Parts: sequence; structure tokens; C-alpha cells
Amino acid sequence: MIQQPGTSGLIFNEPLLWDKSRNGRCAISLPKSDVERDLLDENLTGDSPDLPQLSELDVVRHYTRLSQWNFGVDSGMYPLGSCTMKYNPKTNEVQASRQGFASAHPLSGDEFSQGALKLMYNLEQSLCQITGFPAVTLQPAAGAHGELTGMLIIHAYFAKKGKQRSKIIIPDTAHGTNPASAALCGYIPVNVKSGPMGILEPETIAAIMDEDTAGIMITNPNTLGLFEANIKKIAEIVHSKGGLVYGDGANMNAIMGIVKPGEIGVDVLHLNLHKTFSTPHGGGGPGSGPVAVNKVLEPFLPIPRIVKELDTYKFITDCPDTIGKIHTFYGHFGIMVRAYAYILSMGAKGLTDASKLAVLNANYIKESLKGTLNLPYDRPCMHECVFNDEFQAKNHITTVDMAKRLLDYGFHPPTIYFPLVVHGAFMVEPTETESKEDIDQFIDAVKAIAGEAEEDPEKLKKAPLLTKVTRLDEVAAARKPCLRG
Amino acid sequence: MRYLPHTKEDIESMLKVAGQSCLDDLFNSIPDDLKITGSLDIPESLSEWELNDHMEELASLNIACKNYKCFMGAGSYDHYIPAVIPYLISRSEFMTAYTPYQPEVSQGTLQGIYEFQTMVTELLGMDIATASHYDCGTALAEACLIALRQNKKANKIAVSALTHPSHRQIIHTYISPSGYEIVEIPYTKEGLTDVKALEAMDDIAGISVQSPNFLGNIEDLSAFKAVADAKKILFITSFTESLAFGLLKNPGSFGADLVAGEGQSLGIAKSFGGPGLGLLAGTKKQMRNLPGRLIGKTKDANGDDGFVLTLATREQHIRREKASSNICSNNGLNAMTAAVYLATVGKIGIREIARQNHDKAIYLKKSLEMAGFESAFDTPFFNEFLMKAPEGFEQKRSALINDKCTFAGICIDKFYPELKHHYLFCATETISKKDIDQLAKEVK
Repeated sequence: MIQQPGTSGLIFNEPLLWDKSRNGRCAISLPKSDVERDLLDENLTGDSPDLPQLSELDVVRHYTRLSQWNFGVDSGMYPLGSCTMKYNPKTNEVQASRQGFASAHPLSGDEFSQGALKLMYNLEQSLCQITGFPAVTLQPAAGAHGELTGMLIIHAYFAKKGKQRSKIIIPDTAHGTNPASAALCGYIPVNVKSGPMGILEPETIAAIMDEDTAGIMITNPNTLGLFEANIKKIAEIVHSKGGLVYGDGANMNAIMGIVKPGEIGVDVLHLNLHKTFSTPHGGGGPGSGPVAVNKVLEPFLPIPRIVKELDTYKFITDCPDTIGKIHTFYGHFGIMVRAYAYILSMGAKGLTDASKLAVLNANYIKESLKGTLNLPYDRPCMHECVFNDEFQAKNHITTVDMAKRLLDYGFHPPTIYFPLVVHGAFMVEPTETESKEDIDQFIDAVKAIAGEAEEDPEKLKKAPLLTKVTRLDEVAAARKPCLRG
Repeated sequence: MRYLPHTKEDIESMLKVAGQSCLDDLFNSIPDDLKITGSLDIPESLSEWELNDHMEELASLNIACKNYKCFMGAGSYDHYIPAVIPYLISRSEFMTAYTPYQPEVSQGTLQGIYEFQTMVTELLGMDIATASHYDCGTALAEACLIALRQNKKANKIAVSALTHPSHRQIIHTYISPSGYEIVEIPYTKEGLTDVKALEAMDDIAGISVQSPNFLGNIEDLSAFKAVADAKKILFITSFTESLAFGLLKNPGSFGADLVAGEGQSLGIAKSFGGPGLGLLAGTKKQMRNLPGRLIGKTKDANGDDGFVLTLATREQHIRREKASSNICSNNGLNAMTAAVYLATVGKIGIREIARQNHDKAIYLKKSLEMAGFESAFDTPFFNEFLMKAPEGFEQKRSALINDKCTFAGICIDKFYPELKHHYLFCATETISKKDIDQLAKEVK
């Protein structure tokens, strides 16, 4: 067996900030004020907030120690299904921190922000090219925000037609945020089941699609990692009743340069720059969720929009059908810089290769582990594959036990218990940036854990054993919430 | 390509295991008529040094590539960012992790955000703060939705006309599909939200007032709280400059039910407007209505302290369409940045920074008055204020940008057409007396 990356080592305890605080310390040196002190009316001022008082080294040591309790893509393989935890190139950080970008004030005016506008315009063009749509907005701040934007656009489209619709079809293989995004626009989700092959069947949609249904939210490839091969037929059914097809493009990493959603019947699609386009996940954002639309829906895009006239770029707001604004300024520009740098670094061939290798890695894992873990849908997959804990049930070992044990082996666990369509799901998305050796280590680790499930199930129940803390009592946390120190 | 590790041999042996003869065969489950023919029309890949050249060329087209003097705020503020902040925040264990779904290997993010929540509640005087939102505008829209959903009778929310114009637009975008409406509370000649006009408003589900308001003035929030109490509706406040609460009374002390704010001032680069940091806080009573992630303290199996994501039953992945919001990823790394900033400046530093902001703004205002500007209001402000410019200022302003890299205020008549020739000025701790004297000389 290959040596596994997980081992124990010295890490440090570190108290909460305020337990380190000592009156009189301050980790910033401010210049002496060079203007007169003005005292505001006492009725307006309050006490200084009781923030911790620390030296600079106190702060540095605190956050360095905290960081060592974390696991990131740079620490090891992070095959979190549906989240596309690929390598985040370091040069992208350098690009985003260039003074001309990082210091730019959003209200400097178009004339003095041509670099930012040109970058955004170019990024829009690249995303149009990758997705096959004629127009893109970069304004949404995250994937779910992009979904909301897309649904608002659909809502505005029907409002403009003069007849709003009340329902939206959402398959059981769609992303978890979809129903909540639709509900924000007042649409009632109509849940549908995928067929025995793990993909939607046109007849299912034909049976429920009607003229009071705004359309369908379809994740393709879906959360089982399978390509919705009937997408074109389904789109025809939805369109024939006047509905629209919303594409959740969170899984775009599987199909760059292979399929353009805009050419196969999808009307509006969101992307996640922090998934497909390699920007860091940041422990939960900031992300970016651009939305691409077809010609019919373009007038509804959020404002401002960017236009190019000769060689200059400008924002325009004169768009009478727009859904309005969804971000205070123009979205997460700093994230756009990183994604743009990634696209330029990869080039057309690099992006297509990325998708091909992401799919290769997932299929390799699927084939290598399908005797070890149960594979409910044994079909060629796209960028991720979904197993479950059925083989381990006889020893009362569940998905969570195996996931926790993987931590001891030095791997971040896959997404667990999602998608809901697979009971006890164990959803692996390796991404293209993992090498064969790292994947082989992961496969070995899962096999070893399956062996432990037979021989020493108690060990799995106690896992993880090498992490700073053991399993945490989430029930107690929710019952008596303690949300501040 | 340096991010793709596969050798030719790797690909061959992996394809064999996958039971395919070539990479293209991996896509056999996709019908041919759905596939594109040819390749993407995207330029060939750039090497890192070619990329550097291209990006620097773009960056240099922004005037921000020079050390410009920023007398602009309006939701994005120029503050000093100590070196420890980008240094610590670029630790890859923070940057390349995701939402802490596996708490055993995410205690860094979890404790860090728990400390963030705590410091935000301290800054705002509130019971609970969430793990962050996208920006102030989206956080405020969510706060308005909370108020609207809680009120079974009214479907309108009263929002001050001196709330950031973009935030009002975002609220409109968020609430109108559900059949809700905004009614704007007008403002007085003192540059304050008109509490009398609010009193006369009926059938409203909540009140939202920004302070300091968009024109920089400090509102008397207690008056609005009294109206909210009389009408038995929720009181929401918002702010765009979080450092104001290093000096000013916090929103909690006025009895706010919900507070939405922008945290960009807390160590986060302006970055052409994003990513910033949405702050969202509430009273205990609102705990289960708040959208987004919350971190809570608990014990592990050995009885040691630890932290987890909690109260997930409010959230989209559990409650689906009945969730309090659809938010999933928030602005986590920027929340961590703000936490590092607050820990760095501490109780002493935040007070001094806030004072310097205010003092410089007072000096700037006096200097502009002597240079021929007219004060729009005689109302207390923090670090932003409105001035009516003398004739010919617009041309001078453009020249100042081109010749001196100085941005002298923001013209606001596109937001408030009735305030012709009015400019919103801001001074922060990054502006020196010399900068202000120079500006006053130039605009005279």
C-alpha cells in the first residue's frame, strides 16, 4: 500500500482573541493626527467597541495557529462533489492584487476605469464563447445569487408578456439552492424524479409541463455526475408550452469545449467562477456567479451593462426591461480578475483538456472503487461519481463514518448525503488538477477504510482520531445556540 | 499546461481502467448532435510572464495604478490596510478551503468566523451577527424581506430616501417579484430622513434608515425606533462605513431589530466595488429568521470546545423552498479579513482611526468652505458630507484627476436631480492635512 498523507504532528492550542487581550496593547501604529480634534456632540458618540487588545505578533500567531487547524486544496485532495475544489493558481492572486485593480474606486468614472471595464468586457466575451450564449452579466456575487438573478430574469420575462406563471419544475438531481432561488421569485417548485438511468426522461416533463409553469431548472451534468442526454427534447417540450429552461452551470467543469449549453436549448445559465474558473473558495466565498442568457432574455439583464464603442468601454443603465441592480456596484470584480487570468493561462485547449481530465479522473475513481463501495448508477460519469454506504450497512457503518475516517488518512471527504436521490450518498469530484498518484492514494485510503469497516468498525465510529478535535456535538450546538463569545 | 499533472502514460493507463480507448470516448453519453464541432474561440494560453504583461497593461489603464488621492466614499472607502492583513489572509489553509462542512478539519475557519460574529455584535451592539453576506445592499434586501414576511397585514417597507441609491434599487429587485413595495421616506432640508413624514405612513411592515446616511449625516435613530414601536413594526438600520462605530453610538443602543452594513472599510481593498463584505445582525428574537451561515460553539466527543455551522434548519439545503434565503456561499474570506483587521486595530486603534476620519473630514469641509464651496447642511456627520460646488468646478475636478491624480468628491445629481452641483466629499485617515490644503488651493 502507498504511504498515506495523513499523520499526526504538533499543532498548537490557541485561545479566543479576547482571552489573549491585555489592556493597552494595539497592533497598529497610526500617524499622529495633523489636524485639530473635533469633538462630536456627546449624544452622538458611544464608547469604543470592546475589541481585543493585542500586539502585532499576538495577531500573527493567533491566525497562523488557526490556519493550521484548517484543510485546504493546498493541503491535500479535496474531492468535495459539486464544489469543484480544483487548484487555485497563485498567479491569479498576484493579478488581483495589482494596484490598478485592487485600489480602484468603483465610482471613479468610466474614463478613469478603462482597464477594469475592458477586463470585464473581455471576460464576458470569453464566458459567452464557452457557454454559447450572446450575453453575460458578471454582477451576481455567488452561484446562488446567479440562480436568483436567472429566476428574476425569467420572472421579468413573463411579467413583460403580461401573464405571470406560478410554478417551476425542479428535478431531484438539481442543486440544493434551486428551490429556494425559485421561491424568492414566488414560483412554487414542482419536484420531479429522474428516470432509472439517473437522468430526466422527456415523458416525465411532458406530463407536467403546462402553461402555468414558468419552465424547468436543470443542472447539467446533474448532481449524480450524469449528462442529461435528453436536454434538447426536454427543452423543446418546455418551449412548446411557452416555458423557459434554466441551466444550473455549477458543473460546467465537465463540459468546457465539449458542449455549449446555449446551443442545446438552455435559455439562461449561471456559472460559478469559484468552481469552474479556479478562484479560491475562501472558506465559503467570496465567489462569483455570472449569468448568461439568450437574445430574448438579454434586455432583462441587471444594470449597469458594459458596452464597447470603438476602443472605449462604458457602463450603460438605460435598459428599460432590466430586472434592476443585484449588487451595490458591479459584482465581485476581484474574483473576475482571477477567473480572467485563469482563462488566459489555460487558453482554448487548456480549458477543454481540463474538462476531459476532470472526467477521466472521475471515471477512473468510479471504476477503481465500484467493488469497494456501492455504485447506484453504474454508467459512464462526467466530472463526479456518486457511491453510497450500502455495502457497509451490515457492519452498521455509514457514509459519515467513512468520511470521518478519511480525514485520518489525510483527505478531505467527498460531499456526503447529497444528492438526496441517493441514500447515504458519497459524492466524489476529484477535479482535473489531481494527479494519478494522489488519486491512487485516495483510492487506497477508501479501500483501506472499507477493510476497517469489516474488521474494526468501532475504529470508524470513533474517527477522526488525528484531527485537533474529534466529532462535534452539532445537536447541542443547535439546541442551545452560542453564537458569540 | 502546468495545472494539469497528467502524463501521456497516466492518461493511457487511466483510460484502460475506465474502459475507454481515448479521452473523447469519455463523452459518449452525450449525443453527438449536442457536442460542438471544432474548438473554443479563445486565445491560445499565455505563459505567466505574458499574463503579467497583459494584466499590468490593463491595470495601468485604471487611474488607480497611480497613488491617487481619494476624497470619495459613497459606499467604498479608502482606508489604510496594515501589512499583516493581506499576509495572514493569504494563508492557503484559509483561502483554499470551502464552507466548513467537516468541522474537525475546519476549526480555523470556524473559530475565526465565530470571533468575527462576536466582534461584529460588539461593534454594532447587537445580539447576533451572521457569518456574512455579499454586500450591504443584498444584506439590507434580506433584512427588508424578514420584516415583510413577519407582517401579515402590510406589504410595503418604508425606506429612507437617504439610503444608498444602489441599496434601494437592490431592495426593489429583491422584493418586487413577491408583490412587495418600497415607499420612500423623504428627507428634510437638514439632510435627514423626515420622521414626521414617516409617522403619517400607514400599512408598512418595517422601517429602514441608513445612518450615517448617504449624504453623510448622522440620523437620530431613536426617533425612528419610537415610530416603529408605535406602529409595532420592525426597525432596520443600515450603514456603509463600519468604522463610524469606532466613534458613534452603535445601532443596537437605539433598539434596532436588524442591522445591515458594509464591512469593506475593515481591511478590504476597494477592488472596483467588490468583493466587499455584507454585515447582517439582529436581536435574539430574529435569530431563526436570519439568512445564511451561523457558527456556534459546542463540545467534541472528548468534551473539548469546538465550533460548528449551526441552525442549518433555516437554510436552503435543508428547508429547500421554505428557507429564509437561498444564500449558500457568502463572503467568508472577507469576513475573516475583517476579523483580522478588528483584532489588529483593537479597542484603542478603532477609536483613534474613527476620530482621525472625523477630524480630517471636519478640516476638509472648513477648507472647502474657504475655497468657495457652500455647505449643503449644518448637520453632524462622520467622514462624509455634501457641498455645493462653485461655478466651473466640474472642469477643475476633471483637470485635478488628470493632472494631480486627485478625485475631489462625487457628483450626486444623477442620484438626486434636485441637488444640482452638489458633491459628496469624504476624508479618511489616509488623507493628510497637506493633501487637504493642496486640494483647497487647487479648487479655489
